[in-house]
Amino acid sequence: MSKQINVALIGNPNTGKTSVFNALTGLNQKVGNYPGITVDKKEGICKLSRGVKAHVLDLPGTYSLNASSLDENVVIELLLNKNDKDFPDVAVIVSDVENLKRNLLLFTQIKDLKIPTILVVNMADRMSRKGISLNIELLEQELKTKIALVSTRKNEGIQELKTLIENYKNLSIEPCLDTSTIDSEYFANLKKAFPNQDLYKLWVVISQDANFGKIDRNELDFSKFKTKTKSELKRLQQKETIKRYQFINNTLKEGQTIDKSKATDLRTKFDKILTHKVWGYLIFFVILLTIFQVIYDWATVPMDFIDSSFASLADWIKMTFPEGGKFTNLIAEGVVAGIGGIVIFIPQIAFLFLFIAVLEESGYMSRVVFLMDRIMRRFGLSGKSVVPLISGTACAIPAIMATRNIENWKERLITILVTPFTTCSARLPVYLIIIALVIPEGRFLGLSYQALTLMLLYMVGFGMAIFSAYVLDKILQTNRKTFFVVEMPNYKLPLLKNVALTVLEKTKTFVFEAGKIILAISIVLWILASYGPGKDFNNAETIVEETYPELQGEQLDNKVAAYKLEHSFIGIVGKSIEPAIRPLGYDWKIGIGIVTSFAAREVFVGTLATIYSVGSALDDDDKTIKNRMANEVHDNGNKVFTLASGISLLLFYAFAMQCMSTLAIVKRETNTWKWPMIQLFGMSFIAYVIALIAFQILN
Amino acid sequence: MPLTIADLKKGQRAVIIDSSSEDIPLKLLEMGCLPGNIVELLQVAPFHDPMYLNINDSYLSIRKETAALIIIEKVNE
Repeated sequence: MSKQINVALIGNPNTGKTSVFNALTGLNQKVGNYPGITVDKKEGICKLSRGVKAHVLDLPGTYSLNASSLDENVVIELLLNKNDKDFPDVAVIVSDVENLKRNLLLFTQIKDLKIPTILVVNMADRMSRKGISLNIELLEQELKTKIALVSTRKNEGIQELKTLIENYKNLSIEPCLDTSTIDSEYFANLKKAFPNQDLYKLWVVISQDANFGKIDRNELDFSKFKTKTKSELKRLQQKETIKRYQFINNTLKEGQTIDKSKATDLRTKFDKILTHKVWGYLIFFVILLTIFQVIYDWATVPMDFIDSSFASLADWIKMTFPEGGKFTNLIAEGVVAGIGGIVIFIPQIAFLFLFIAVLEESGYMSRVVFLMDRIMRRFGLSGKSVVPLISGTACAIPAIMATRNIENWKERLITILVTPFTTCSARLPVYLIIIALVIPEGRFLGLSYQALTLMLLYMVGFGMAIFSAYVLDKILQTNRKTFFVVEMPNYKLPLLKNVALTVLEKTKTFVFEAGKIILAISIVLWILASYGPGKDFNNAETIVEETYPELQGEQLDNKVAAYKLEHSFIGIVGKSIEPAIRPLGYDWKIGIGIVTSFAAREVFVGTLATIYSVGSALDDDDKTIKNRMANEVHDNGNKVFTLASGISLLLFYAFAMQCMSTLAIVKRETNTWKWPMIQLFGMSFIAYVIALIAFQILN
Repeated sequence: MPLTIADLKKGQRAVIIDSSSEDIPLKLLEMGCLPGNIVELLQVAPFHDPMYLNINDSYLSIRKETAALIIIEKVNE
């Protein structure tokens, strides 16, 4: 029988908690959701010794047990609920050696809950460089805990930590200090009213506004208890904090010595430039520019390879398996084309997540928040909105989830509403293929026109987000106080393992989540495109032969296939919306693409791939989707993809709200269908109008 | 008018005298913004807002309007 120890990793943000998690669990980890809410739940298995395993839960970063965000609520809810299946046998508090003082605040609170607790002092390899030395024995005694000095960077101390976890039963569960003395009378009354409850737990619940799911106030009936006013409670919380710091300061006075003369200070040197009033902004802009150039340039090589590989695969399937069989066609034209349409994004998405992970890990992202706050506030946003807006370039879903740390509701709501305007990775394939079709090659100042167009599209998306935020700021009325506290972590060289795991995790999620939808839609589309009602579809060969008696061989086959597609189920749908999209420069095939894109944007390319491979026989030089699209003509012989229709299509995709998953997330985060519906109709209306104007001017 | 953090100039240090205003978020207090602790203004964004501070060895940035609620006394150096 193997036995599992429940371990919860708890700590302030930026303490390297996730690095410790990665070091403990390696690849044995998975990311899920807490039931009902969308906070990432990271858990993994760690082998301690023969037959003993630990189930490790990486809880969201929190500064204290006083929740100011949903993420922090998760921590408190778990720690207060002994019946939760994840309730920890042992809590591992991860702290940063450079800021023990503040990290210990949370530590003393957890100790008050009487959970066996281990203190991890992380980044211990920095101690000598910072002139810090610790008296571990004394600290362990004062804090009534065991301490593990860990350096995930050098992979030191992990084994010691594992041993401590395995022997968790030896840990003390005695609190470090008695906080009830901040108002003895009040706490005595509290104890009298609820004799069966833990006193500190009562205080945590009673002093906070937040709603803790299962541990709501009804269970603990506070109605009979004469509690204090809100401001009295806040004063008490302040007193509690002061008291805790007094204890911590006294403890550290003896247990920690810092020789400032030995400290080398990278922070000051870097900050002098990176947060500079001029250089700071310039560097930020250059970093953004570099990211886009790299995503565009570096990713094209693997992407071209993937594109042609899938084309050959489809070819090979058609050659190898029974000719003309329906099933063979479904695989070659529906499934392979559909999967190819997803796999092709992997290089770019991976690069983008790589950059975002590096910027986050290095500590630079907080500097961006600092630089941008004042500017963003002018538009009703917060400096913290920059992170969601930048993450939005990967995917709006994690970006909207990242708005949780914006404490002001109005700023948060506006950020949620405008984030889908930023260019997410799902738009990228649409952009790339259309840019390749309609934007000429050539270079300007060493940057290709195509890369510049892409950069411009990102800026258009960002600009629209800012502009609509400004409008929303004027419309929405609230009088909540602003509230902005951003920690500026020290600069760190990103850990390769952390970055790699993030990139892997995010890319995997994207491919599988989006992949499921795309694959399903591809198959449905293929069926709709391969069958049709009535005589026109079923007698296509005869009709075409009669109408164009001069056609022979391959030309005839193509004409028949095209005729069939036009009269298939999907052709009928496309045709029926054609009048509405004609003024935008699109034909009915693009119409089908747009309709299916409302499930998810990236479906567009897959849809066109399916439609065009159904619509034409495979020639040698005609294999890739791009070539097929380039050769596409209207009935009058004019090319479908011109500069005018291309730009119009790019702008339509830039603004339209085409993503079911985002709408679902917005509903969850705002708790009403009102906001996602406003997004769906508002954004799509804007998209239509702007695409219309663009086409009419350019044409 | 008492001096507040908002009055600090870049590079100046001061001692926090009072941070009990109700509009100061608890989170800021938890990060060490408490009477007796030292605060240093490290950097400011354009328009002196937000302000990048070192409070009690915590590095953080807050908006000027919050900074203006925290009463300080300058230290002579």
